[in-house]
Amino acid sequence: MIPAVFPAPTNVRIHGETLTSLPQDLYIPPDALEIYLETFEGPLDLLLYLIRKHNLDILDIPMADLTYQYMAYVKKMHHVDEGFKLELAADYLLMSAMLIEIKSRMLLPKPAEIEYEDDPRAELVRRLMEYESIKLAAQRLDALLQVGNEILVAQAYYEQIVEVQAPVVSLEELMAAWKAVLERASHFKHHKVSRAELSVREHMSHILRRLQQDKLVEFAALYNVHSDGLPKLVVCFLAMLELVREGLVRMTQQIAFSPIYLQIA
Amino acid sequence: MQMRMQTEPQTIAEMKLVLEAALLTAAQPLSLDALLRLFADRMERATLRMLLDELKTDWQERTMELLQVASGWRFQVRAEYAPFLARLSPEKPQRYSRAALETLAIIAYRQPVTRGDIEDIRGVAVNPNIIRQLQERDWIDVVGQRDVPGRPSLYATTPTFLDDLSLRSLAELPPMENFAQAEIPLDI
Repeated sequence: MIPAVFPAPTNVRIHGETLTSLPQDLYIPPDALEIYLETFEGPLDLLLYLIRKHNLDILDIPMADLTYQYMAYVKKMHHVDEGFKLELAADYLLMSAMLIEIKSRMLLPKPAEIEYEDDPRAELVRRLMEYESIKLAAQRLDALLQVGNEILVAQAYYEQIVEVQAPVVSLEELMAAWKAVLERASHFKHHKVSRAELSVREHMSHILRRLQQDKLVEFAALYNVHSDGLPKLVVCFLAMLELVREGLVRMTQQIAFSPIYLQIA
Repeated sequence: MQMRMQTEPQTIAEMKLVLEAALLTAAQPLSLDALLRLFADRMERATLRMLLDELKTDWQERTMELLQVASGWRFQVRAEYAPFLARLSPEKPQRYSRAALETLAIIAYRQPVTRGDIEDIRGVAVNPNIIRQLQERDWIDVVGQRDVPGRPSLYATTPTFLDDLSLRSLAELPPMENFAQAEIPLDI
């Protein structure tokens, strides 16, 4: 399949040596190999490369040539790249084994009774063609314009105004809620003991001053029932008893249930 | 042109304005169902399609174009303006590696596929980072498990993948010819 129509080169020099005939194999400068290694996506990719570069018929692959070249590549890979990844090497070596197997099956003589036998290369050819299709499809996918790269999607800003719908409340609901609050609050009520802010002594002074002014005062008149709270009334009563006990004030009553009067003793 | 009344759109022109406002502000392509909701479902699908076609025509001379993709309709900048807009963003658009592109192509054209299928076609082990990268982009996802030992995940492309490539369906992918066949040299 190597084209034979090329005129023999006359002035091609490689590494100082004049090349008199085209190399039978694909010629790769050793420096370039490193670059190739990173370019190949696997054994199928390498095989395809060899087939295309060498213009081989994919449907009638000369297995010996291809295997020979493939092996040469894989060997060079090991030499060039010391850290050649093990799993990657395994993929390439598996392919080597497959190529050699195909070649050896082709060498076996066909038994006369088997009229038709599948070409041992068929599966390899199928895989190569499948891979090449995908490889080219990937290039076409990459060529498509992408949102975020070439395609810019329009998105005008709009302010989403969320209208707050005030919920309706009936008076009954409001009252029920208030009652509930009160009831709950009652569970938290404490019995507070606080210091008496009302001084019995202070009230004793008040009463004495009043008596000095008015001489005789009716018992009930000393209490301001409407404005004074219960504590104050109690303190006032205690002050009165204290005054009586200390003999500063005298209490008088004409008969039972008649008004009680107070005066300075 | 603006709508004056805050009532349901009455004329075709008003209906198109409602569509236009919704499509211009949408973050994602809007499906026909979503667009029907704009009109409180009081519209036939056929009418909606007709309105969308008219709207598309109305915008023909503008900087934006109305386009139908896999998950609905969207407005996008016409391609001729993209190079100028690109100057606004300093970072270069990211491209996928060859391995990632081939993996994506296998999933796109041969879906649903397992990792094993991908490895069979490419002849090398699948890099889990590539799968993760494509999943994070929301271009592929797991659609099931193949009923074989190990129950491997089956991968397929998503509607986002089609949207991002401006495709309406997988049928619009570039045709996958048998490239190899076409290049067989004539054996004379």
